[in-house]
Amino acid sequence: MIALHAMRLCIGLLTAAALFGAPAQATTIERVVSPGGIEAWLVREPAVPLIAMQFAFRGGANQDPESKPGVAHLVAAMLDEGAGDLDAKAFQEQLDRNAVELGFRSQRDDFYGSLRMLRERKKEGIGLLRLALTAPRFDADAIERTRAQALSGLRRETTNPNDIASRLWWKTAFPAHPYGRPLNGTLESVPLIGADDMRDYARRVFTREHLKVAVVGDVDAETLKSMLDQAFGALPAKSELATVPIVKLEGVGQRLFVDLDVPQAVLSFGGAGIARKDKDFIPAFIVNHILGGGSFSSRLYREVREKRGLAYSVYSYLLPLERAALFMGGTATRADRVKETLGLIEAEIRRLAAEGPTKEELTKAKSYLKGSYALNFDTSTKIAGLLLQIQLDDLGIDYINKRNGLIDAVTLDDVRRVAKRLLDGGIFATMVGRSTDSGPKGQGG
Amino acid sequence: MTNRLHRVIAAFALGCLPAIAAIAVAQAVASPVSQFTLTNGLEVVVIPDHRAPVVTHMMWYKVGAADEPAGKSGIAHFLEHLMFKGTKKNPAGRFSKFVGTIGGHENAFTSSDYTGYFQRVAKENLKALMEFEADRMTGLVLTDDVVKPELNVILEEHNQRVANNPGARLGEQVQAALYLNHPYGKPVIGWRHEIEQLTRDDALAFYKRFYSPNNAILVVAGDVTAEEVKKFATDIYGKVERRAEIGPRRRPQEPQPNAMRQVTLADPQVRQPSLNRSYLVPSIATAKKDESVALDVLAQILGAASTGRMYRTLVAEKSVAVNAGAWYQGSALDMTRFGVYATPRPDVSLTALDSAIDGVIDDVVAKGVTADELERAKTRLISDFVFAQDSQTTLARWYGVALTTGSSVDRVLTWSDRIRAVTLEEVHAAARQWLDKRRSVTGYLVKDLVREDKRS
Repeated sequence: MIALHAMRLCIGLLTAAALFGAPAQATTIERVVSPGGIEAWLVREPAVPLIAMQFAFRGGANQDPESKPGVAHLVAAMLDEGAGDLDAKAFQEQLDRNAVELGFRSQRDDFYGSLRMLRERKKEGIGLLRLALTAPRFDADAIERTRAQALSGLRRETTNPNDIASRLWWKTAFPAHPYGRPLNGTLESVPLIGADDMRDYARRVFTREHLKVAVVGDVDAETLKSMLDQAFGALPAKSELATVPIVKLEGVGQRLFVDLDVPQAVLSFGGAGIARKDKDFIPAFIVNHILGGGSFSSRLYREVREKRGLAYSVYSYLLPLERAALFMGGTATRADRVKETLGLIEAEIRRLAAEGPTKEELTKAKSYLKGSYALNFDTSTKIAGLLLQIQLDDLGIDYINKRNGLIDAVTLDDVRRVAKRLLDGGIFATMVGRSTDSGPKGQGG
Repeated sequence: MTNRLHRVIAAFALGCLPAIAAIAVAQAVASPVSQFTLTNGLEVVVIPDHRAPVVTHMMWYKVGAADEPAGKSGIAHFLEHLMFKGTKKNPAGRFSKFVGTIGGHENAFTSSDYTGYFQRVAKENLKALMEFEADRMTGLVLTDDVVKPELNVILEEHNQRVANNPGARLGEQVQAALYLNHPYGKPVIGWRHEIEQLTRDDALAFYKRFYSPNNAILVVAGDVTAEEVKKFATDIYGKVERRAEIGPRRRPQEPQPNAMRQVTLADPQVRQPSLNRSYLVPSIATAKKDESVALDVLAQILGAASTGRMYRTLVAEKSVAVNAGAWYQGSALDMTRFGVYATPRPDVSLTALDSAIDGVIDDVVAKGVTADELERAKTRLISDFVFAQDSQTTLARWYGVALTTGSSVDRVLTWSDRIRAVTLEEVHAAARQWLDKRRSVTGYLVKDLVREDKRS
């Protein structure tokens, strides 16, 4: 039987901004540099006989050709579909035989890889990773299969209210920018993507230049050095990345409604956020926690869910992309109460912008955020993911030890000022659902 | 040439991997799992993991949607939500505020067989947490002021999970059609018309009948020792009065199934048709001997992503599907489900896909599986067992599920050994006996009925 989770924890926790996790006093991070010059951050953990590696290349979907969104997404799906002498079947059977878990995914700014294996199978795991990165085959039959899967997913999305709301949001907010194009492409673009597009993407992005690697598990620094050269040493030295311009979102103040005959309406909203390296990021992170972050006590949770029962989930989060910092959120509610729900959310955003958090809210938020950081250090894969994100955000190898001090240093004046800066700019919302008299229609204020 | 080389590599891998995995597992489970029972009947399981100063605290109740009174579907799940509404001692949200203030994570879940509440916190908070959890085991206070908005919340949850999702609605129909007599046929979230009528009194009646220490299991995993947990649990949970005598969990059982069934759900929102089939099969608790581990292996051989029979045959070789797989839900108190599913290519009808699936199943039933398939499946399953040792939350869940669905700590600990011992003949026998179409319901998800008929 499938368990029903109450999902009280906010979905926003899964985003980059939420990587604020935890000070693991027990965690010692070693900076390891291989003879070939590949750097990795290592946490040695001999208690469980496995090795988890997370890595990323700069250049995700933002490197897709303008006319062909979805290239990076397809590449991620194709990297275990055959490499070197191994066709798709042989490659995947080798993964099975050696119990190697190898996965890839593309986000807007970065391309991520993840490898998990038993300690005794590190040679085989690293060998398969090397093949996937340096000699992907992109065989015609495998492309055709993967493309059919991508198209099937896209067909599903055409009537999924969450996908419709999200696609419309991004398209409208970034009309002439890679961020406006869907990560997984479109029904029109995916059929046009060929092996050449994927090879070109791999050649430009899979290089040593912007590679970040984090490893947690039962492996020492010396062994890791040779693993790093084996896995990544044969990649080109330099990337050839298309420039992605800094961009401001458009559409603030707009409300777009899409008519779809489903019982529950979906609402997505967003506005300008605060960049990861901005000195106000940590105060903004606290402000968002108070508004709609991951606990049962956020203002949105209380007003929308607890007091009125309007929704099962309601959340907000910071999404500091490389070229545009955003503040995002969403909920889902009955068609006849969408307008009321959006009104409540807007009122809470305005109130927090105008008045700022209370002293008590600040104290509680700080206490929560400091305490919960440690919870992010309980599995090897999670720790590796955290170390990787700290590298991508360029926060420094001592960040984990500094992080709770940064939270502590935030004052009531800081959060009041930053609440205004973050929340006073207005939001742009998309809604998908049954049109009713009380639901907003078309574009409006 | 290349092929032969691969086979040599493969043979080498087959020979040595199980042995290596065996060593790894032995080391991984070296840290001992303890189990004891308090005098009021509360069972306790402790799983030490000293890598981070964190504990996972879970309270599992041996009650779920399959234990609900007739006409009150959804009450187990509704009560789970209402358990956050406070007690006399800790009114309105004080427990959640405490967890929030210390930066803990908390949540809860409901299934057909169990309901669970968990928190993950820094270890020094364990005792305080136990005080709160012990208090709400019998001290829940509900007023209509909090019950009524929460009913709307679960109706929105139903919208989000089910009403808005044609695939989920088909899943409910398949399950309802599969179980002719057993309450597993009811959705865990409940039927909407019954959820709408649930009241505060329904919730309290259910609570008083089933929430009692002698019907609960405490699982604590993390930076703790069995001794300290035993002391805290005895001091705190030991004081909770045993307030209900709960008899054996006997639900109406399924008759021998003897007709294959097919249900179709049509919804104009469906742009990608799909098919899923469930067979009525034994669970860990109802299986004879190790039949259930043979079903685990069979599901892996049929269903593994990219390398399983379903995917290889339907997606890679015959090109009739874009995706296909299989699964087996071994943890259940009563007869459970083995599932197969596929998504057709645009030019393939669901009836044609259905026949192609029959072809895959018939082949396994007639000829069994190969030694190579068996070894690859075992390798993956055993490595999953090792990987699970990396997560205290996963382990805590495994033991909680096992003890609320008629399995045991010992069976969890020996699972990988029993997987290793599965033979080709046992996998073949499981396929022959249980993948009989008369035991199954097949669900079609389509845009409209007419179109699917025309195409078939």
